[in-house]
This record gives sequence, C-alpha cells and structure tokens, in this order.
Amino acid sequence: MSTPRITSSRGRVRIRMELGFLLGPATLLFAGFVLAPIGIAIYYSLYSWGGYGPLTDFVGLKNYTDALSGSVFKQAVEHNVLLVALSLLIQLPLAVWIAMLLNRRMRGRALIRVVVFAPYLLSEATAAIIWALMLSKGSFVDQALKAVGLSGQIHGWLADPDIVFYTLFVVITWKYIGFGIILMLAGLQAVPAELREAAAIDGASPWQIMRSVVLPLLGPTIRIWIFLSVIGSLQLFDLVWIMTLGGPAHASTTMVTYMIDHGYKSNEYGYGSAVSVIVFALCFAFALLYQRFVLRRDLDGALTNAVR
Amino acid sequence: MVIIQTTARARRVGDRPKRRRRLGRTSPAAYLAAILVAGLTALPLLFVIIDGFRSTPDINSKPVGWPSPWRLGNYSGILGDQQFWRFLGNSAQIAVVSTALAVGFGAMAAFALSRYRFAGREALYGFFVLGLLLPPAVAALPLRLWMSRLHMLDNIYGLGVAEAAFALPVTIVILRPFMAAVPVELEDAAVIDGAGRLGFFWRILLPLSTPALATVGVLAFVTSWNSYLLPLLVFDQPEHFTLPLGVATFQSQYSQDTAKVMAFTALSIAPAVLFLIFAERRIVDGLTGAVKG
Repeated sequence: MSTPRITSSRGRVRIRMELGFLLGPATLLFAGFVLAPIGIAIYYSLYSWGGYGPLTDFVGLKNYTDALSGSVFKQAVEHNVLLVALSLLIQLPLAVWIAMLLNRRMRGRALIRVVVFAPYLLSEATAAIIWALMLSKGSFVDQALKAVGLSGQIHGWLADPDIVFYTLFVVITWKYIGFGIILMLAGLQAVPAELREAAAIDGASPWQIMRSVVLPLLGPTIRIWIFLSVIGSLQLFDLVWIMTLGGPAHASTTMVTYMIDHGYKSNEYGYGSAVSVIVFALCFAFALLYQRFVLRRDLDGALTNAVR
Repeated sequence: MVIIQTTARARRVGDRPKRRRRLGRTSPAAYLAAILVAGLTALPLLFVIIDGFRSTPDINSKPVGWPSPWRLGNYSGILGDQQFWRFLGNSAQIAVVSTALAVGFGAMAAFALSRYRFAGREALYGFFVLGLLLPPAVAALPLRLWMSRLHMLDNIYGLGVAEAAFALPVTIVILRPFMAAVPVELEDAAVIDGAGRLGFFWRILLPLSTPALATVGVLAFVTSWNSYLLPLLVFDQPEHFTLPLGVATFQSQYSQDTAKVMAFTALSIAPAVLFLIFAERRIVDGLTGAVKG
C-alpha cells in the first residue's frame, strides 16, 4: 500500500481535499441510509407509536420485554434456529456432494452448472410464486406423488402447520443451494488433483480421501458458507412472506416476518422497531463471535480488525 | 460476501487446463446423478413456462399436462399489457441508479481506503464493513420511517439511492483488496508522468479494476433487481411497483386465472435467464475462480 509522499503543508491540504472528495459521497450515503435508520429504530423502539403524530408515549424497554416474552416471537426465533440447523445438516452436505459431482470432467458440465445456479439469480418473489403454484392443492407436486403411487403422502403443503416449515425449507434449499455449490466448486479448485492422486496411490479409499484430504482443504470455504448461511437464515423474509405470510397460525413465522407483521401491517412502529433492533443485535453478536472464534484464521482482517 | 475477490491470479489458477486425472473418471452413475440434480432444479421453471402456454380451464381440469394446442395468448396478452412493461421499466431504472451510485462512490471510497494513509482509515473501513450485517431486512422498517421524513416514499429514484447505500459495503469490501494489490510502481510512474493521484485513479486504476468492477456491478444490479422488501415498504402506489412486487401482486389479483399468472411469472424469469446466458462465464468463473479460501 502506498502513501503519497508529500510533506509540504500545501500537499497535505490537497490530500485532505482529495480524501474528502473520494470518501464524502460514500460516507454520506452510507450514514444517511444504512446507519441512520438503525439509530432511528433504537430511538423509536422506546416509544409506543403508531407511525403518525409526535412521539409522546415513552415506554422505556417495554417493547423489548414484550417481544422477548411473547410466545409468537419465541416461535419465530425457534423457526429461525430450526432453519439454521436444517441448513447445516442438509444443505451443507448436499452442496459439497453436488459440487464434488460437478467438479468431475463431464460432457455438458458448464450447462449443468448454469442450471443449478439459475434459481439463485431469480428474485425471491418469482421463486415463491412458482412454488406456490406447484404446491397448491392438486397441482404439480400432488400429481407427481400420485403418479409414482404415493398418494398417501399428499399433504396440505402450505396449509398444514406441522409441515409448512419443512415445505419452505425445501423451497429455500432449491433457491439458495446453487450459491453454496458455486462456493464449494471454487473451494475445490484449491484441492490439487495431485494430493488426491497421491492418497489414492497410498491406498486410501474414496471415503478416506474425502474425509482426510478434501474436507480439511475445503474448510475455509465451508466456514464462510456457514457464516453466510446463518446470517441469511436469521433474516429470512421474502419467500415466507409471499408464500404463507408466516402462517398458518404462525407456523412459519420468522423474526423478520414478525417484525413486518407488527411494524408495517399493524402500524405498531415502536414495537416493530424494537424487534428489528433485536434481530440486528442477534446477527451482530453471532457475526462477532463467529469471526472471533471460527473465521479468524481464514479472513485476514476484514471483520475482526475492523469491528473491534 | 466478504470473500469474493476477483483477482487476476486466482482466476488464472482456476482456468488452468487440468490434466486428465485418474481420480474422478466419470462413471455413468455420476452422469445420471448430475442430470438428476439439474433436472430437479430446472423442473419448477419448466413447469411454469410450459403451463403458460395452456389455458386456465385446461389447467383446472388437468393440473399436469402438455399444452394442446400450444397457445401464445397468455404471453402475448401480458407482453401487450402496459403494466408488465411499467414494472420492468421501474425495476431497470432503480437497478441502474443503484448500481451506478454503489459502484461509482464505492470505487472512490475503496481507492481512498486502499491507497491513502490517514488517521482513522481502518475505523472508517470497519464502519462500512458493519453494513454487511445490516441488510435491508433488518433496517427496512426504520428506513421506511426515515424515508417518509425525507419525503422519499413513492419515488423510484429515492429507492435507487437507498439500495445503493446498502450495496456499498459489499462493493468496498471487494474492491479494496483488489485496488491495494495494484503495484506501487504503477502509481509512482503515473505520478512522475504528471498524472497526479486522481489521474492515476481515473486513467490507470479504474481500467485495471474492470473485472472487480464488473463483479460488484453484477452483484449490485442483481440485488436491486430482485429486492422485494424495500420496494414493498417504500411504494404505496402500484405505478411505482417493481417486477418482483408486480409478480406477487399480479398473482393475488388474477388468482382465478392460473394460466395468466403462470405466463406472467415465466416472463419475469426471462430477464434472469437472459442475463445468465450473456453473463454465464463471467458469473460462474468469477465466483469459482474468485473466492478467496
């Protein structure tokens, strides 16, 4: 990194002007639209406020205690946590497996990769509508099950409170796994073929090669995927909102759908602001801890140095 | 997305022709599995596109089946409908504003943060990195209140500006290491030739950073194009709706006319598909060759 090597005071003034010109717009934009809202949220969260008129009804931390002790919010948190767990247990192995598969030389590999990546580029809204159509009663999914003789397995995919969240998990997996696969494919480039060949020559089985050679070298990629996946899971909104509005009977509520439901739909802006501060605090705490204890070795500098 | 970093070096390593390996010789089972994965992924998309060629009574009486005959009516109806084009136009304008601002201001800031030394530099960088943890989902509600104070609700450019702000952190985090990696000698040479630091930025560093600029541009554009929550909260008037918002609204508006909804949804996939076809190498290589492990 270079430093402009000018020491005269005129030069220093010039550098200051340049810095102001270069950094000013980004800083203003960022502070004005990203940081200001969170400050505002903290302020509003201390009031009971319906979105119009002056803030008069100061309630202190009541919004926070209400949210944290409310059963629906607890359910929402449970759903977010369940999603994190399912992602780690199912999406991660699946992404690694598909990436290994697509890392082989095969005809049409580029096309297959593009297809697998395509859902990630779709908007959540489009993906949600597509799946809502596929899952509606008697539609594609039900007919497909019937065709293979599993009519007994037909459920109200989005209407049955016991099932709806798992249905959403399938849709989420379809939508986002492409990103995981591409990440893992990238990580696999860091595993030299020679290493695997050497292990094979030494008599290692494919499973042993996987466990002792590939997975350790894929470690940094996997740790970053976990980070992005957890943050994404904690902030899930679009797909759920369009497909179920968090229902039926709160069976698919997430923290952010809960926040929008109260803050925007029911005009409880003070309360909604408190919920958004809680979500932010959770994500922030997770990110800091994860950076500290897990990612430190992988990311030189980006977050650990900065947020300290 | 702290990790995506398009460096020329990483990409060259990724592109290196691989020797034919003894391992991973592809068996028919692997082919079958790969085709199965791709097929399952593509199925929902094909379903919607194909059903868009059927009529609603046909779909209602036989939920799964081929169109017979193939009707173009649903598609041509929507393509002839102003509403669809208005949504598309709004999405495009917002995405262009947001991408231009995020990449422009982000590149300027990344330049200052990577190649100047000044007190508080790392703190300022940390300030931007913090934004990675504050995506629209969390800030959306207060942002609506804030934008209503600024009288920026129901204004597509206002939304573009707000989305640019949220795209800045990723942009800066990706661009800074890239710009830092450009050799000092180049800068010295430019300064000796009388270009000045800003001249070096404009004439040398920016052209050299094209691959990274393309990556952050694509990220900002796609994020804006697909975003749902911010437009939902910021727009009350349907005339400002973006394509994702429009798709969701259209579905509830015409819930009786399934075929029309299918066609509308299928057409809303089209931009993403076209984009993927044109930018496929860029995206897939960019991401595969580019993630710093």
